[in-house]
Amino acid sequence: MNVMKRGRKPKLAVWKFASCDGCQLSLLDCEDELLTIADAVEIAYFVEASRSISRGPYDLSLVEGSITTPHDAERIRRVRRVSRFLVTIGACATAGGIQALRNFRDVSEFTARVYAHPEYIDTLATSTAIADHVAVDFELRGCPINKHQLVELIGAYLCGRKPDIPGHSVCTECKRAGAVCVTVARGTPCLGPVTHAGCGALCPRYDRGCYGCYGPMDSPNVPSLQTWWQDRLAVSESDLIRAYRSFNAGAVAFQAGVARKGRADGGGADTDPRDAALDSSTRRDRIS
Amino acid sequence: MQVFDLSALDRLVQVLGERGYLVIGPVLRDGAIVYDEITSSRDLPIGWTDLQEGGSYRLHKRADQARFGYVVGPHSWKRYLFPPEVRLWQLRRSRDGYLGSRQSSGQTGDNGQLDAISPATQGDLSPPRQAFIGVRSCELHAIHIQDRVFGAGNGARGAARGTPNWHDPVYARRRHDAFLVSVQCTQAGGTCFCTSMGTGPKAESGFDLALTEVIDGKEHYFAVEAGSDRGREVLEEVPHRAATDTEAEAAARAVARSVDQMDSGVRGRTMETAGIKELLYRNQEHPRWDEVAQRCLACANCTMVCPTCFCSNVEDKSDITGEHAERWRRWDSCFHRDFSYLHGGSVRPSTRARYRQWMTHKLASWIDQFGTSGCVGCGRCITWCPVGIDITEEVAAIRASDAQHREGEKSG
Repeated sequence: MNVMKRGRKPKLAVWKFASCDGCQLSLLDCEDELLTIADAVEIAYFVEASRSISRGPYDLSLVEGSITTPHDAERIRRVRRVSRFLVTIGACATAGGIQALRNFRDVSEFTARVYAHPEYIDTLATSTAIADHVAVDFELRGCPINKHQLVELIGAYLCGRKPDIPGHSVCTECKRAGAVCVTVARGTPCLGPVTHAGCGALCPRYDRGCYGCYGPMDSPNVPSLQTWWQDRLAVSESDLIRAYRSFNAGAVAFQAGVARKGRADGGGADTDPRDAALDSSTRRDRIS
Repeated sequence: MQVFDLSALDRLVQVLGERGYLVIGPVLRDGAIVYDEITSSRDLPIGWTDLQEGGSYRLHKRADQARFGYVVGPHSWKRYLFPPEVRLWQLRRSRDGYLGSRQSSGQTGDNGQLDAISPATQGDLSPPRQAFIGVRSCELHAIHIQDRVFGAGNGARGAARGTPNWHDPVYARRRHDAFLVSVQCTQAGGTCFCTSMGTGPKAESGFDLALTEVIDGKEHYFAVEAGSDRGREVLEEVPHRAATDTEAEAAARAVARSVDQMDSGVRGRTMETAGIKELLYRNQEHPRWDEVAQRCLACANCTMVCPTCFCSNVEDKSDITGEHAERWRRWDSCFHRDFSYLHGGSVRPSTRARYRQWMTHKLASWIDQFGTSGCVGCGRCITWCPVGIDITEEVAAIRASDAQHREGEKSG
């Protein structure tokens, strides 16, 4: 379906759920392309950019953020109803984000420690991806997303073609760029082999291991990489868990690996080094 | 056989530059020896070597000042002949709405389809002439294997036997112009097995010049052979003299050392290749494929570093306005799930299927397709696999239980 031939500009909406705004900021960050985008679509709902709001339905909805409250869970259904093509953008929307760390803990314990009046907090026990609640037409990965991929996605949508956004590992991006593998040449633990491409292998090209910002690639083998890290790179149990529990902690493939290891060694979630940080009173003092 | 000294090696780099070649050679970068542009022999990894094992590569200082005292790194010459990303063409929409048709693109001329191709694309098809310094014997074989894949013997140079009747213009142009300075291996790498594949360590032909680095006490020189007319022409501009018998023997001994290392198992590996095509064809359901799939990450590193793997994808892109479109070719891999995507899904959804496809193609069906094995025994897929999967071990495992299986059938 070529939406450009319909005679009117497609309506673009940008929705925010639990998130830092960084991904929708990527749209404003398009700079050179932004005016072209504004020319090609009607920016109908984008409250970070404009107070001017047009009524739906919307042709293309970009959804940022995860579902963390009962209100979110209800609102995303409404967003789905008014959206023809719904694209989730960023690790929060596609995997629950960094806030999905709550999924491994008792959220009432957090609210009790953080808020003076936790009884006012109406939150879900978990932070979950948009696709766990409604049908999603395309997921754009990353923490944050890559603006070039966003432009590609919008361009592809406008032409009615499939976006050129492959689901293979970061390793392919490294190798095409001629970067030297940091794991093989230096022994640096790198999540690249199990991580979805899209960043252009940013970290390995600067001599660091991949942090997994884009979440699991299309066929990740987390257990095998974990075994190698522990047996050959001497990565500790706690570092291993930390590596997988970041922006994409809620992604099933990343969770599965950590859980498996945790069970096998009788440790896992219970030996999370972050416990120490959470137990100290300094954090609460700083907030209050 | 001729010889020249260290200063002549530098002169060789200069001569190639003066003749208009972009000179590419081994350089130290990011903890490895990679191939990049060089302007002097001082850019070479002087006094460095590499220690390689499955999933591990480390640089070490040598006791001497060898210029080519390493084996092969993560790069292969493939990236300079078959670039990782090439824009095949780009188009602009004309006033009557057609992309690049003869009628619609009157602004740029009347050349049929060609008038849609931009000058930038012509740049991709007219690369600088390249000279490669330090091409190993296994790499020469890999280039000859890719020549068949891309039909490089056709067109510009006339059809070679066994090559298809078409040629890939991106590859063929680069290949036609490339000046190859081979370097004989005087030591085996940790994951090398060229002696098993019949691809080395001594480069016998296919080069313009071949050097053997000899370091013998205070002596440090290169034995030189010219393998082509243009090789002889270039050599004429570099100070050299005929090798003495002693020098020629020393060069031969240096190459023999790497053979001994691989054959004795001191360094490097071996792969039994007898009947390997039939072995793999009759073991398509071998349990080893399940076992290796447990370890394989399907990350595609092996195919990216392989000097013969040639798979690519072609993607069309359009911009936001829909006025401008481009077609790009990029390195792809049979390990990518979407590589075998047909209507309705991937033909090889499991890692087991993808690993089996890769190894069976490389070692067996390649022979049916192109008349040679697709493996040159360079060992890159072993070293650069992030979990150290070893193709020689996988073949040995299948062979071991293939034999048992047949013995079991006989006794039962």
